[in-house]
Amino acid sequence: MTDNGGQTVRKLWTPFNVIVGIILAVGGVLTLMRFTQGIGAVTNLDNNNPWGVWIGFDLLCGVALAAGGYVTSAACYIFGLKRYHSAVRPAILTAFLGYALVVLALHYDVGRPWRLPYPIFVSQGTSSLLFEVGLCVFLYLTVLFIEFTPAAFEWLGLKKIRAVVVKLTLILTIFGVVLSTLHQSSLGALFMIAPSKLHPLWYSNYLPVYFFISSMFAGMSMVIFESTLAHRYLSRHMDDTHHRQAFGVAMGFAKAAAFVMVGYLSVKLVGIAIDGHWQYLTTGWGMWYLVEVIGCVALPAVLFAMGVREKNLKFVRWAAAWTVFGIVLNRLNISMIAFNYHLPSDQRYFPSIMEIGTSVFIVTLGIVIYRFVTTRMPVLHEHPDYPAH
Amino acid sequence: MGISRRKFIGCLGALALGQAAGVPGTAKGAAGKEFSGWPDSLGVLHDITKCIGCRQCESACHRVNNLPAPETAFDDLSVLDQKRRTDADVFTVVNRFDSDRPVFVKTQCNHCLEPACASACFVKAFEKTPEGAVVYDESLCVGCRYCMVACPFNIPAYEYHKALDPRVTKCTLCHPLLKEGKRPGCVDACPAGALISGKRDELIAYAWQRIQTFPERYVSHVYGEHEMGGTSWLYLSGQPFSRMGMREDLGTKSAPELTAGPLSAVPIVVGLWPVLLTGVYAISKRKEKIAAQEKQAAVEQAVVQSRKQAQDQLETLRKKWEQEKQSAINFEVKKALEEAAAKDPEPSQTKEDE
Repeated sequence: MTDNGGQTVRKLWTPFNVIVGIILAVGGVLTLMRFTQGIGAVTNLDNNNPWGVWIGFDLLCGVALAAGGYVTSAACYIFGLKRYHSAVRPAILTAFLGYALVVLALHYDVGRPWRLPYPIFVSQGTSSLLFEVGLCVFLYLTVLFIEFTPAAFEWLGLKKIRAVVVKLTLILTIFGVVLSTLHQSSLGALFMIAPSKLHPLWYSNYLPVYFFISSMFAGMSMVIFESTLAHRYLSRHMDDTHHRQAFGVAMGFAKAAAFVMVGYLSVKLVGIAIDGHWQYLTTGWGMWYLVEVIGCVALPAVLFAMGVREKNLKFVRWAAAWTVFGIVLNRLNISMIAFNYHLPSDQRYFPSIMEIGTSVFIVTLGIVIYRFVTTRMPVLHEHPDYPAH
Repeated sequence: MGISRRKFIGCLGALALGQAAGVPGTAKGAAGKEFSGWPDSLGVLHDITKCIGCRQCESACHRVNNLPAPETAFDDLSVLDQKRRTDADVFTVVNRFDSDRPVFVKTQCNHCLEPACASACFVKAFEKTPEGAVVYDESLCVGCRYCMVACPFNIPAYEYHKALDPRVTKCTLCHPLLKEGKRPGCVDACPAGALISGKRDELIAYAWQRIQTFPERYVSHVYGEHEMGGTSWLYLSGQPFSRMGMREDLGTKSAPELTAGPLSAVPIVVGLWPVLLTGVYAISKRKEKIAAQEKQAAVEQAVVQSRKQAQDQLETLRKKWEQEKQSAINFEVKKALEEAAAKDPEPSQTKEDE
């Protein structure tokens, strides 16, 4: 399945292909079950727990970790940090795939996926934060698609239309930042309607601010993390520029992430202070909260800072993976773990193996498409005909 | 001019904000303004102290709404031994809570004055009708279940086992019956007088009158009068509501108020970001330009300077060289003269000879 085109038949039975093949086959079966027997047949969702991993992981984490697109393109095209140029295309591609898969995952989660265009085209529930999220994700997916097309056009040799799209870069980048600000924050604001269900340590009027700020360092960490993987497995597709700039990109984003994370921690502190929730910190939930905030934000921030000071790429890469984990933990806490915290344990939600399987399937799909694109289109290297596009 | 400048700006604002801020009177979504309910809207008062747990209301609810019969019959009261909630085909349940004597509480949609479900719905599938009922339009529903996340009373249920047309289900307050001027099915069926329907305002007045008349029978709290901005269902109880699983920490803010803040940030972001970011772009571009200019100027200056330096150096060298040459000539001449003088003591004579 992954070996279209250039690769030889000899390489078909690689461990990667076998594992991916199995996951995709299982995913196909789960998809069939979901759309013939209903959501209830594959998930542990119930009336008290209407949102599970498909929202908590696929949507919330997917969107947060796809933030590298707006962060990198803003750094390069708006703030004029040219040394991030070679990181822009992989980041845009990841973001585009991330959002596309978020939308794909939503098709599994909502009851009637063929009505997903309804909020935009049929009946606009403008009072809903989910409407804002839906509209922004729809528009941003379009922006990301257009932003990515130059790579495809170079691959296909369509010079004229590529030139037109490249001229739109700045406008698209600004539009992307506006849309990202709105929907990244709105994903947090979604939960502001349920103060009685979300644990007070996680519920705050600052939820949108938390989500937006954390999306920045989520994006930066994801760019570093993804570049780590790409260097290991796709190194032969990178050109000298990419190799030369990679160290600087990692160090630059590590430094920025460390600063933003400290800012995030300060806002968190202010949030706790304003609501006067200090007393919860000594409870069990408080411990768990500290694991998230100290263990998975403050400590990786320190590691980032150390990595930058020592110019140690290994530190920076570990810190990036750690931060990504912290973001996932935070989103799962808000959407699932600390949500409905007051319910007795027998009414709490835990995902079914089939729900997790579907999420794994969707992530795998993303990896396969990423590999397909980067091994063919000028993403990790510049096209010889279009130097310094 | 058919339209004044002020009006035009107002229209622009309405275009940007109108829907989000809530058009007064629709009661469908987040309202920036306070909405104290439709005038003369109906409600139900549930006097918990009078409920005998006979489940007649559940039975009537199933009959009126054509719901499938449950596994255990309605006259089987053993189901009261477990705590139940509303479900896809169960719009109302009666639960028993044991304290000194058993207390029965009926649960169903409370029909909020400003419903969280309606505020949360991104396709406006929920509507608070002027009669008081919160009704759901199946033809719009996408099935995102955000209404279920939003509902503070955990009421809406979902048909998880339908593959093609799952719906959100909940009590409709028997909206069709209300419009005919009739009472909701459960109220009609209650043999104990634990359910009274009527205009919400009158029910609140009546409830407080009961509390004042029988202060030892009731706690001094009409549940639903202010909870989450107020609900059409109201409750009287002999003991704190929290003991019967009814949350007393919901606050009096309506759901739309909770999300009004982040919604109001939208126009700020949309207005401010492009200006700021374009500014940042312009500044970074200008910095680059100035840096390039300065670099060029510095290069030019360096070239001029080094050229001059080279010329100076050349000049010094030439002078030095000439000097040396001169001195070498002088030296040679002097040497020659001296040699000549040494050979011939009368140099003048020799000169003349030659």
